[in-house]
Amino acid sequence: MQIVLNGDRREVAGPRSVKALLEDLGIDARLVAVELNRLVVKRDRHAETMVTEGAEVEIVAFVGGGCLNPGRPTPGDRPSRRARCAKVNS
Amino acid sequence: MTTDALVIAGRAFASRLIVGTGKYPSHAVMQAAHVAAGVEMVTVAVRRVDLAAKGEASLLSWIDRSKIFLLPNTAGCYTADDAVRTARLGREAGLSNWVKLEVIGDERTLFPDNEALIAATRELVKEGFVVLPYTNDDPVACRKLEDAGAAAVMPLGAPIGSGLGIQNPNNLSIIIEHSRVPVIVDAGVGTASDAAIAMELGADGVLMNTAIAGATDPAMMASAMKHSVQAGRLAFLAGRIGRRRYASASSPVDGLIAPKTA
Repeated sequence: MQIVLNGDRREVAGPRSVKALLEDLGIDARLVAVELNRLVVKRDRHAETMVTEGAEVEIVAFVGGGCLNPGRPTPGDRPSRRARCAKVNS
Repeated sequence: MTTDALVIAGRAFASRLIVGTGKYPSHAVMQAAHVAAGVEMVTVAVRRVDLAAKGEASLLSWIDRSKIFLLPNTAGCYTADDAVRTARLGREAGLSNWVKLEVIGDERTLFPDNEALIAATRELVKEGFVVLPYTNDDPVACRKLEDAGAAAVMPLGAPIGSGLGIQNPNNLSIIIEHSRVPVIVDAGVGTASDAAIAMELGADGVLMNTAIAGATDPAMMASAMKHSVQAGRLAFLAGRIGRRRYASASSPVDGLIAPKTA
């Protein structure tokens, strides 16, 4: 099935749970937060929450940053603006 | 815990210096700077996991969470909606309901969009977050944020990463005078004296990233910042003398061997 994962269209076997998706991707669930169709999926609901055809999934983690835009995308960020911003910051 | 703790939303911090985790040459350098700064709170950004880069060492493994409180931020967000979503993800990733809220309104200056910031503050407070909004050095905006339920206000000293120091000490003084929540000066610090000036004005704390991370020796600058924040705080509590235009002798005028004749 096709899903949109961190902004990119992607073919994954499915439907599958959030837990299974993270395992397939080799991601440690304790280090990330997951959003499914713009709503946070709490860690204790990963196993029971299903990712289905056309789902929009965001998988995020903490990275270094202060009051600075580190130049990596956030959910819903606008690419053109971000590109210009990264140029200003560099 | 010292008697002069920084208290935000009922949580006490002995250190009044809050630092970022970005722009360091390496995680090891960042960790050394955090230790040298004696920080008890650091801010971290929330970003998409790089699905191509497997086994990348987690930032969190370089932060001693037994001593350092994590403050997720919404840096890079340009709308209230993005900031609220990012705050929710930060809460899920960090298991803390605190957020350093940023809603940027202009990409060249990275100045906040106060209208969206206030709306996002209101929403997140409703959802039970402890919200620390990054704002302009605008007393009216700070008052509105406080009214919206912010746990502290974080006016800028100068644009993010600019190192220009405290550009409008008068506005900061007014904000500090009227605020009923802690005032953390966030952004613009370039060197130790800038942090001391913010604290001498009566700020409750200072948040910085680039001034330390971008220094030639980040750990040494972190130590300088620790001392300057402490010095500025002490000077504020001690109560400085008034400014006057002419000299005022500090030695007795009586008993001079050559008294001034009239």
